Parts: sequence; structure tokens; C-alpha cells
Amino acid sequence: MILDVLDWFTRSEQWTGSGGIPVRFGEHVLYSVLALVVSALIAVPVGLVTGHTGRGGFAAITVANVGRALPTIGVLTLVVLGMGLGLFPVEVALVALAVPPILVNTYEGVRGVDPLLRDAAQGMGMRGAQVLLRLELPLALPLILLGMRTAAIQVVSTATIAAYVGIGGLGRFIVDGQSRREIEMILGGSLLVVLLALVVTGLFALLRRLVVARGLRARPAATG
Amino acid sequence: MPDAAGPIGLPPRFAGQVGEVADWALSNIDDPIAPRLLEHVQLSVAPVLLGLAVALPLGVAAARWPRWYPAVLTGVNVLYALPSLALFFLLLPYTGFSPWTAIIPLALYTLAILVPNVVDGLDQVPDHVRQAATAMGFSPMRRLVRVELPVALPVIIAGLRVATVATISMVSVASLVGLGGLGQIILTDGFRRNFAAPVVVGVLLSVALAFLADGLLVLLQRWLTPWTRGRETGATSRSRRAARRDAPPTAPDTGSAAPPAAPAARGEDA
Repeated sequence: MILDVLDWFTRSEQWTGSGGIPVRFGEHVLYSVLALVVSALIAVPVGLVTGHTGRGGFAAITVANVGRALPTIGVLTLVVLGMGLGLFPVEVALVALAVPPILVNTYEGVRGVDPLLRDAAQGMGMRGAQVLLRLELPLALPLILLGMRTAAIQVVSTATIAAYVGIGGLGRFIVDGQSRREIEMILGGSLLVVLLALVVTGLFALLRRLVVARGLRARPAATG
Repeated sequence: MPDAAGPIGLPPRFAGQVGEVADWALSNIDDPIAPRLLEHVQLSVAPVLLGLAVALPLGVAAARWPRWYPAVLTGVNVLYALPSLALFFLLLPYTGFSPWTAIIPLALYTLAILVPNVVDGLDQVPDHVRQAATAMGFSPMRRLVRVELPVALPVIIAGLRVATVATISMVSVASLVGLGGLGQIILTDGFRRNFAAPVVVGVLLSVALAFLADGLLVLLQRWLTPWTRGRETGATSRSRRAARRDAPPTAPDTGSAAPPAAPAARGEDA
């Protein structure tokens, strides 16, 4: 079976044309990045503001919990029935999937900032928005990034269902492999998804190194 | 569920849509709805229990030998990244259309949530508690079962809640492969017949099931850990924050259990 998969990967037709691995991989990345960017644009500001003011926190968490409980297939089907096949239903379903972890982690990250630090910031003369952007956001960043990483991995793995509503991505290999009874194609497609998830994990580790303050990175490692 | 019904429930038609959904639900309770709901419950409870049965020993071992924890964590995270659709298809030749085809992959996914929570829960057991148990003559095994696991229980249940809700929502994917559950209503009665009512019923029931299961786990935790009750009353901001660690609806993926920065750091440095 491993040889079959290797054979599948090395066949030349896999690497060219509109149904080839590079194109499908690119489509998958595109769908995932789009969903993630939209989700972050929704979830991070809402999480920051609710976490900072303490108002609407319960509502935000409730929305996130409902979002977590929504079956992705159901959301996808509803939007397809309403608006037809295409990229839009897939993106709605993926955003519904990605918003909850980012929102909850952003909110929790801001809420978790030590009140003493907040007092100190105010004592130094910082105003509300400054406290949020210069104290709470940097301190919450590790948790926000963790939420984004979780969301990204879920999105990458779930974007495979895009193939069910007639568009591309790596799910094509899985769905087409099933209908053609070609196990090596399903395996090949799945391996590519896992590869992408590993790349995502690596990218977030790198991002963390780049944007999280050095003091925050060192502390947990020293105590844990 | 405004965002789910939105694109279809356009305002003028909205009342009619609600009626249509109610009609369909009432006239189909016995036939597809009840058996699919039951299937859905079975397909979600079994993976969580199976996952817990694997995660507990794995987590205990990882907490005991921390050198291996990064490897374990990487392993469960890789499993988590496998697309469920692919796993279902790949198991089909071996387990056929039996429930195991859905249960095994779903159980694997719960590990990514449960194992870190078991480890974090055990790591949070204060040293003096552990030493007191040893001083009282507890053997390591008895100390684990009678002292450390009970103290870790709120964190473990926090993970269990996240895992349960995630599993209930993911079971629907199993229907793409024809394994039953509420997703079957969504797909065969809804998608293929181009009919929204069954889809809405399926989504609502799935969400309701998730919330019910979550509530039951909260009750279970209250019952099993009576000493954590009332911790939240009259708290200073510091102890309120401590209490919130036990309040899992807010749990990030690895559970709200651990102090915020710790799970992140551990995951990344692995």
C-alpha cells in the first residue's frame, strides 16, 4: 500500500494541469487562509473589546459555544440550499468553525491579564485604548495565537468537504479516490492535508517567536 | 441561530419557513428523526468514552515522565490534523458500515483535547497535597487514584466537555460516508431533495444535544467535586480568576484549565 501511495505521488500527471497536486494544494491553502483571515477579523476585535470592558463577555462566549456545537455539514448544506453551490457556502461553514476558538482565546487572554498590571498601566497614565493595545494585547498574544493555530488546523482539515459542493482543494483527491475506489488517492490526499497542518503548526511556532515579547516566551519555560 | 438560518430565512418568508420546519419535524419524528437521534447519541458517547479510556493512562504516563510529553503531544496533534472524511473512507474496507468506522476516528480526535487536560490537571496538583498523601502512607497507585485524579478532575472534565461538544458536532461528517446520525437527515432528507426543513431540524437537534451533554457534564462535575462548589462566591479578583480556570465553557482548545500561557508554551516548544 505504501508503494501504491509512493507510486501515486510520483506519477507525472499528478504534478501538472488543473487537477494536479500543486493546483489542488494552492486551492486548499487559499480557501483556508481566506476563512482564517475573515474569522480573525471577526473574532479578535470582538474578543479584545469584550475582554477589555468585561461587557458582553457572556454573550460572546455563548455565541462561541453555539458555534462549536454547530455541525459543519449542516451549516454548509443550509447555505448551499440558500445560495447554491460554490465557494461561499464553504467559507461560511469554515468561518463558523474557526471563530469560536479564536474568540474564546482572545477573550480569555485579555481577561487573564493580572489586574495589578492593569492598575500599574493606568497609574502610568495610560488610557483605556492604550491599556488594551499596549498591555493587554501583547500579554494575550500567546493565547490568541494558540486559538488561531487550533482554528487553522481545524479549517485545513475540514476544508476537504469543499469537494462535496463541487469546488477544488485537496478534498478532491479524497472524494474522487473514494468514488474511483483508489485507496492510494485517498491516502495521498490525506497525507497532503496532514503535511499542510504540520506546515501550519510550524508557521505558528515561527510567528510566536517573532511577535510574542521575549519576557513572555521565557517565563513559562522557566517555571514549567 | 440567526447565522445558520439567515441565508434561507429571508424576512418575508420567515414565518412560513418556521411552520414548514415544525410540520416536517412533527410528521417525521418516528421515522427518520428518533432513530437518527439515537444513532447520533451512540456515535458521540462511544468515542468520548473510548478516548477517555486511552487518554487517562496516556496522560498519567506523560505527567509522570515529562520528557516524553512533547512527543505524545506532537503525536495526538498530528492525529487531530487528519481529515475525518479520509479516516472514515480509509476504515471502510476494514470495518465496513459498522459504527466502529465512525467511532475510531472520532475517539482519536478526542485525544488531542483530553491528553493535555489530563496532564495539566495532574501538573496542577499542589506538591504539599502529594507529599501529605505520601506521608499518610498512600502507595503511588492509591495516591494517584484517591488524591491526584480527584484534584485534577475539574480540569479533566473541562477537557471532556470540549471533547464531547466537538464530537457531537463532528459526527455529522460520518453521514457523508453513510454511517448514520443526524447528518443523515441533513444530507438525505435535506441536501439531496433540496429541502431546508430537515437540515434545520438536524442542525437544531445536534446543537441541542451538544448543550444537553455539556450541561450533564457540569452536573457530573458538581456531584463528583463538591469541594469546588461555592468557590466563586464573594471572590476577590484573584480567586475569581482561579475559579474561572475550573469553568470550562470558556475552555480554549486545550481547556481553560492551565494558566493561559503554559499550554501555549508547551505546545510550541515541543
